[in-house]
Amino acid sequence: MVNAPLHIITLVKWVPDSQLERRYNADGRIDRSEGVLSELDEYPLEAALQIKEAAPDREIRVTALTMGPAGSSSAAKKALQIGADDAYQLTDDALVGADIWATSVALKAAVEAVTGAAEFESGEPEYLVLTGMASDEGESGAIPAQLAERLGANAVTYATGLTLEAERMVVTRSGGTEAQKVAVGFPAVVSVTDQANDPRYPNFKAIMAAKKKTLTRFTLSEVGLRPEQVNAKVRLVEAQVRPPRTAGEVITDEGDAGIKIVEFLAKERLL
Amino acid sequence: MSNVLVFFDVLGEALSPAQKELIAQAGVLGEVHIAVGAYQVDPTPLLAVSGVQEVYLPEVSLPAPEVAVVDLLETAVAESQAQVILGSSTADVTDALARLAVRLDTGLISGAVAISTDLVVTKSVLAGSYTTTSELNAAPGPAQPLIITYKPNSIDPQRVETLLAPGEQPEVNVLSVRPSVGGVEILERTALEVSARPALAEARVVVAGGRGVEGDFTPLEELADELGAGLGASRAATDAGWIEHAAQIGQTGVTVSPQLYISAGISGAIQQRAGMQTAGTIVAINKDEDAPVFEIADFGVVGDLHEVIPQMVEELRRRKG
Repeated sequence: MVNAPLHIITLVKWVPDSQLERRYNADGRIDRSEGVLSELDEYPLEAALQIKEAAPDREIRVTALTMGPAGSSSAAKKALQIGADDAYQLTDDALVGADIWATSVALKAAVEAVTGAAEFESGEPEYLVLTGMASDEGESGAIPAQLAERLGANAVTYATGLTLEAERMVVTRSGGTEAQKVAVGFPAVVSVTDQANDPRYPNFKAIMAAKKKTLTRFTLSEVGLRPEQVNAKVRLVEAQVRPPRTAGEVITDEGDAGIKIVEFLAKERLL
Repeated sequence: MSNVLVFFDVLGEALSPAQKELIAQAGVLGEVHIAVGAYQVDPTPLLAVSGVQEVYLPEVSLPAPEVAVVDLLETAVAESQAQVILGSSTADVTDALARLAVRLDTGLISGAVAISTDLVVTKSVLAGSYTTTSELNAAPGPAQPLIITYKPNSIDPQRVETLLAPGEQPEVNVLSVRPSVGGVEILERTALEVSARPALAEARVVVAGGRGVEGDFTPLEELADELGAGLGASRAATDAGWIEHAAQIGQTGVTVSPQLYISAGISGAIQQRAGMQTAGTIVAINKDEDAPVFEIADFGVVGDLHEVIPQMVEELRRRKG
């Protein structure tokens, strides 16, 4: 029996570079005028490519899907250079200020639009959504479970290893108090940690090849949503810059620094 | 005052400091109800805390990633008429509460460090560089409760103790929730090595080592044990295999916000700082006087950690007599 084809949709996010200063703008939104592909999204992409490469006899497509402002197309392009087969970008002014709830509404519609548009030669595909363990700037880690709930898909979060079997994935994860090895049937949403693999860098050949791949843009209405369906449930009241930490006393060890630290801790009532 | 439903994904032989803190925070907001996902023996005696009214238990224990725990929560929310649902900001709890928010068609705020009585939630975001407040667009009520995941260590432990007075055993509601069939099947489970040290994310004091440790964490372990501290590391140290990956503090690892953070042999690049810069007090030890960590340390020592730390341990022991 030929194994069913597999469509892997990897969510990639365009985020402000965490190596640089990140800030809120006057509208109380994170400034997204510049960005990079979220580092944490390179791991699920690498996992997708490894799954595909490990099953050369199976029809597997890796699609990168991003949601964000116009500039987020560069995250999709980067994913194509790294090795995704095709890419989609959901961009719409109504998505500005989307919270967790609204983001998962939009992503559900986008995933369904992507899987609906895909054609496979060897039969009806199963689908698998891979995400990073959290976004670089939102850090909630709540999107994978929420997306799975909306898609009616199984969810496994914080995967440290993934293996594709005929009709399921075997995933190792660490949720908190124990390490687990679980089997998950399709469709599934799996979030992948930064311990899962070592992401590859695009080489020149891959960068050239990416120019021939398709990047499809769609708006909210093109994935079947009206703006009022993505109204956020949560609103920001205020964002305040935290006063920067200032340097305290710095001493050079003259043989008694260990004692001096303990004296400092005692003075600060930290012992 | 609101009715608050607190969710514990697992309740062991005793309440953890983070679980005590959640009950304390919930008690400030109103009447406390508690739903427990996984348990071994009847956990009700542990929950005999003043202000805790009712406990909801599934007929059979539902350990993560069992999705049926969301059914339990849905019923518990309806029974308790909760306006607020509160859980820890850990992976398994976040998964359950994220699904619950979809079922209840309501908003989720993650990583709270404070919650006011009018349900405005304070968070530390963008690696501690901003503090935000947010709230539900519509006023929270039983029809649309606010779901919040809460960061441990946000309330002073002494205040937690004052807030938690012993009380009568709460009423128990055993709910007939069946484990899901198919979907996700657990093939193997291994208890993570239980350290005698406090969990990193919950520890009041954290001792962390980096490249400068040069492979041997023994001095840091001794210091951590002397201070009752959690032990962490920079990515350089975990990547080198000197300590387990779970110990990694930083942008892509654990974020800690302890009262006291002792950094040893860590340069303090931005990725690492992101995981610890909301700590109360930072003490840094580094050989390199230009290490960026000194820009944010309250007390810094330019010196060799292999000399400074053993001396600290010795001095701490001497003071203890």
